Amino acid sequence: MTGPEQLDARHLLCPLPVIRTQQRIGQLPAGAQLEVVATDPGVLHDIPAWCRVHGHSVARIWREERDIHLLLQVAGKERTMTGHK
Amino acid sequence: MTRKAVALLSGGLDSMLAARLMLDQGIEVEALNFYTGFCVEGHTQSIRRQDPDRPRRNNALWSAEQLGIPLHFIDIAEEYKNEVVLSPRHGYGKYLNPCLDCKVFMVRRALDWGLQRGFDFVITGEVIGQRPKSQLKKSMPVIARESGAEDRLVRPLCAKLLEPTLPERAGWIDRTLLRDFHGRNRTPQIELARQYGFRDFAQPAGGCCFLTDPNYARKLSDLWQARDRRDYSMDDILLLKVGRHIRPGPHFKLIIGREEGENHFLEGYRKSFIALRSVSHNGPLALVDGEPGAADLETAARIVARFGKGRDAERVSVEVQRHGQTGQLLQVAPLRSTEIPQDWYV
Repeated sequence: MTGPEQLDARHLLCPLPVIRTQQRIGQLPAGAQLEVVATDPGVLHDIPAWCRVHGHSVARIWREERDIHLLLQVAGKERTMTGHK
Repeated sequence: MTRKAVALLSGGLDSMLAARLMLDQGIEVEALNFYTGFCVEGHTQSIRRQDPDRPRRNNALWSAEQLGIPLHFIDIAEEYKNEVVLSPRHGYGKYLNPCLDCKVFMVRRALDWGLQRGFDFVITGEVIGQRPKSQLKKSMPVIARESGAEDRLVRPLCAKLLEPTLPERAGWIDRTLLRDFHGRNRTPQIELARQYGFRDFAQPAGGCCFLTDPNYARKLSDLWQARDRRDYSMDDILLLKVGRHIRPGPHFKLIIGREEGENHFLEGYRKSFIALRSVSHNGPLALVDGEPGAADLETAARIVARFGKGRDAERVSVEVQRHGQTGQLLQVAPLRSTEIPQDWYV
């Protein structure tokens, strides 16, 4: 059994970790998991927000010293939001 | 058939309102936000530790969430440098802001992105007369023409003051429902935001571009002058946001951390620069950019000592480390504040 895909976004400042996440998720099939490791605390807000507007989900967030880990689940269809609330 | 528009979403109120006006007309909207390296509202806060608990958000993402539309980030930093910042066809604004070229570039990229994906037109939050360079009435057709968007570029907030575009003429959107906002008065936008229930939107409307900041522009000009060429790396533009910049001579300057977060950030650049730090007293980390001689390094050490706890001591030991290698120790007398001329501060 293989684990999630890995993305090292440490030492990048937002929005670069989000941009790298967007690029990597664009290459992954629906249902795949991606673990992002970052150091900018801005990812705690920005990556979940980006996932929400694209319909992806955040399965888990945890910290290991300065590193912030986010485990993301790729949505079946990228666009799920349709117009204002 | 549902028509589709690409929105330039800066994170400010105007682009958010423009997108919302299109959504109200049944247009399917997806948003783009361009990463230039300069519009980095969160960087200073990410680096500094003054308000670690203050909530931060990316305003473009926040706007997209409010609108319920997807937002795509586009990294244009390299092309933007060469095509916009270093050689703007229309010149700079008050500082180093190439706003008109910037808008042309972004609309062109949005158009290309949209055409590849079956979108019909591009929208922006431009308002005639709101900005001194890029949002003049005479600039509007320039942007439409030079971007290649022509009449597929719609400015919903001021469309009634402009010639009808293709989406209006073709009946994809109803011109009567568009707006005639103009000038620097923000009241109509604030009122529209209130009607839509948008609260806590980003203020001011000017976005976060550091090129419009006089202090930043001065530092970037200084960098170009010192290197005798107009160029920069992404590290350069990040470092211009960090620390005190002190230039005792044309051939070198110091970047001195102002607090723990900045010192930590500068640590990441130790291997690329000469680094100085007091070892006898607590004090900041400083990087030296340029080609200092031995006497210059002593001056640099005396400056670094001045900004540490040993500023009133007779002698301070400062370690000088070249590109992460083993350092040498200098015993120096800290400069007094009066010994640092004001024109050394960049």
